[in-house]
Formats: sequence, C-alpha cells, structure tokens
Amino acid sequence: MRITCPLCGSRDRREFYYMGHETYLQRPAAEADASAWDNYLHNRDNPAGTTRDLWQHEAGCGAWLRVTRNTVTHEITEVELVAETKP
Amino acid sequence: MRFNALEILKQGLTGNKGWSPHWRAPEPKAEYDIVIIGGGGHGLATAFYLAKEHGLTNVAVLEKGYLGGGNVGRNTTIVRANYGLPGNSEFYSHSLKLWEGMEQELNYNAMMSQRGVINLFHSDGQRDAYVRRGNTMATQGDDAQLLLRDEIRDMLPMLDHTNARFPVLGGLYHPRGGTARHDAVAWGYARGADMRGVDLIQNCEVTGIDTDNGRVTGVQTTRGAIRAKKVGIVVAGRSSQVAAMAGLRLPIESHILQAFVTEGLKPCLDHVVTFGMGHFYISQSDKGGLVFGGDLDFYASYAARGNLPMAEHVMEAGMALMPMIGQAKLLRSWGGIMDMTPDGSPIIDKTPIDGLYLDAGWCYGGFKAVPGSGFSFAHLIATDTHHAPAARFRLDRFARGDVIDEEATGSQHNLH
Repeated sequence: MRITCPLCGSRDRREFYYMGHETYLQRPAAEADASAWDNYLHNRDNPAGTTRDLWQHEAGCGAWLRVTRNTVTHEITEVELVAETKP
Repeated sequence: MRFNALEILKQGLTGNKGWSPHWRAPEPKAEYDIVIIGGGGHGLATAFYLAKEHGLTNVAVLEKGYLGGGNVGRNTTIVRANYGLPGNSEFYSHSLKLWEGMEQELNYNAMMSQRGVINLFHSDGQRDAYVRRGNTMATQGDDAQLLLRDEIRDMLPMLDHTNARFPVLGGLYHPRGGTARHDAVAWGYARGADMRGVDLIQNCEVTGIDTDNGRVTGVQTTRGAIRAKKVGIVVAGRSSQVAAMAGLRLPIESHILQAFVTEGLKPCLDHVVTFGMGHFYISQSDKGGLVFGGDLDFYASYAARGNLPMAEHVMEAGMALMPMIGQAKLLRSWGGIMDMTPDGSPIIDKTPIDGLYLDAGWCYGGFKAVPGSGFSFAHLIATDTHHAPAARFRLDRFARGDVIDEEATGSQHNLH
C-alpha cells in the first residue's frame, strides 16, 4: 500500500503512522458528559467500505493526513492535510 | 453420526461408503426460542452449551456461509491460559479446563495437544515481568514455570540463543497450553449441538434484526424472517455490521492479523514459542508445517489479506529467532479480521435491547476462548445473569473506565 502525501508525493505505507478513524478530530468539550467522551474514545462506525482515517507522515514531513480509503479493497481515493481541512 | 473403533474398521474394509453427514441440513422454522447469529466456533459452542447445560434445544444457529468457515478456520490454533489481569485470568483458566475435557465431552477428536507454550525473555526487565505473570497464573490455579537459559537450550536447540540484540535468557513455560485442530473444534461442537436438536442453518445471512418497543422479536434473513424470543450476536469479524442492524455502535475497530504456514517438515519444534521482542510466535502443526505469525497490520481493514510490510517484519523476526526456518518454503499466508476493542479484551454482555445479547471483540484471542465463550454466553442467554468467569466482559466497561487492558497500551484499538 502506498499513500500520496500532499507535501511529499507517493510514499510507502511504512513511512506513515496510523492513528484511527477521523472521529479523533471531533474532540468533545472538556465539560461534555461522559457518553460524549465514551463515543469519542471508544465507539466506532467501523465501516466495511469507505472510511476516513488519520495517518501521520511520521518518517517524512510529519504532517497529519486525512485519508479516504476502502477497508475492503485497500484502495485510497483521497488524501488531505488535516491542517487545511479541520474546521 | 458417531465414531467408534469397530465402525472405522468396518468402513475401512468396505470403501468408506457408509459414512453419513455429521449434522442435518434443516429448513429454518418460523420461530425459535433462541437464534444465534454466527456459525463459527463461538456460536456453535454457545448452541452446544445451551442444549447441554441448560436443556434449551429450540435453538437455531444462522450462518451466512458454511459452518466454521470464518475465523475459527483462519487462526493459528493456540490454546493457553496465561493472562494476568482479573477478568481475563479466571475466564481463560475456565476455558482451558473446558479444552481439556472437550474431546470426551464431544466424543470428537479435536487433536488437542498440550505441548506447552514458552514465552521467551531477553532482558532482566522482561524476566521480572514474566516472573510476575507466572506467579499470577499460579495464583489463579494454572501452571507456570520459569525456565533458565540452559533449560531453554535443551528444549529449543534450534533457536539462535546468542543473538547479540536479543540473547535468549530464559522463558515462561506453560505446560498445559498447546494447540488443537481448529476445524475439528467447530465440527465437534456442531455435531454435539445438532445431536441435541439444535438447527444449524447454513447459507442463511441475517439482513436485519427486528425489535418492538425496545425488545428483540426476530431476524430477517436471506431465507426469510425468523421470529425469536432471544437473539445472540456471535460474529466476530463482522460484529459492527450486525450490531448496526439493531442500531448499536460498538467499541470495535476491525483489523487484519496475518499468519503463515511453511511446507511440511520433519518434527523439529515441540512447543508453541513466542518471541515477544520481535512480535513473533511459532508452532509446528501435526502435518509438519511451521505455523507462525506476528502483530496486526495496524490499520482498519476487512480485506482478509495482509500487506507486505508486516509479512516482511514477521519473516525478519522469525529469521532472527530461528534461522533454520529460512530453509523452509512458505506454503501460504492469510489474514483474519479481528474485532479489536479499546482495551484488547472481549465483550460477553446484554445489549440495551431486551433479549439481544452480544459476544464480540475477541481481538486475536478468539480461538483459545471458544469453549469458555460458548459456555459463558450460553449461561448469559439462558439465565440472564453473567457467568462468574466472564462477568467483567461488559459492554459498558469503557464508559465506566473499568477496562481490562492486558497490554497496558491505552484506548486506541489497533495498539492491543
């Protein structure tokens, strides 16, 4: 599997660290109730198909990436910089 | 159908033409007391113990493919009870005891081989951790023995004991651990359940879970609707999809774990050996193939096949530990889909929907848990109370902070 980093180009999967689903970007407010934190930390849609998850180009530019890919075929359709897309 | 020595002799002399199927192929009835979704090891064991321990036989097991065609046939067949944390410790201890009596209980040859599991250590710190683990296992009533360098050299002469980076200093030996024939376990439980009247329905995919006023009423399947008073979900690998049919969102992310088998070799490895520093473990099957694997591929996937980086990593670790395996040709590799939970431990619990039960999240430890999981899940479904050895495998333990994090790696699903 190769991931095309928007800054560095197409690179081997070994250069990237996988964090998990993009749910991690929706951090609840500090005073949010326990169920919001439970959902954020633990519960996942876990789709068999298209997913959007977070990878860091750890052995490259260090950028955090949001990768749209298929969990069944491993096809990658879009890679964006989290810094440019995070609301 | 049952086996005995006389019948095997008779069939052997008459061309083996008189064997009958091991279980019936019934049409689904319109209604059952209990429907189990998933005809893998855990689901079949659940059905068996519902019938045997609780006398409940108006039960159907629904399997979308064929019995035992999922993860129970796609693992590395290791059986052990060497866990350290409360919750896991008593559960796997109970499960190993069931393994030890399984072949008699089922009258079925599961090729249970208690050849012993050896966890190698390579540093003082790792040794201390294994001493502690061994003491915990002994406290639980299981067997654990610390082996020092010379003993390991005698038992495992083929290892590279003087590897400069990871010299083998000793190991934690768990003699009652070992391997079993994975398919036979599924078949044995299937036959045992069928003989007691459970309907095993194959090629029957569940497409919906019916509820009414917060209570489960049945399932929709590719072979029609089936009403049920209670429904158990036992579909590790696809738990999130099936639970979503009932509106549940689980603390599970699916990951791939690869495994590898070499061509058949003469007997050279008598134990299950783990090399934790290299994320590598290995045993030799009764056919002679070396069966080994490593860690997850680390990113969410349902592909049932792995990627090259982890395959290379496993081979490198194997060569570092046991250079002789470089002479063997690799026969095949595969990937199993793991229900990874945020603490690396499973779930056997009720759900917020009355009458709907969940057995899931087995991470990469499902095979050794087959009898224990079936026994405890059957207890939960039959009595609506938690079976003591599995009482901590609760669905809400993450929200409560009462996690069972055996590897102490935090709440990220892929790190366990």
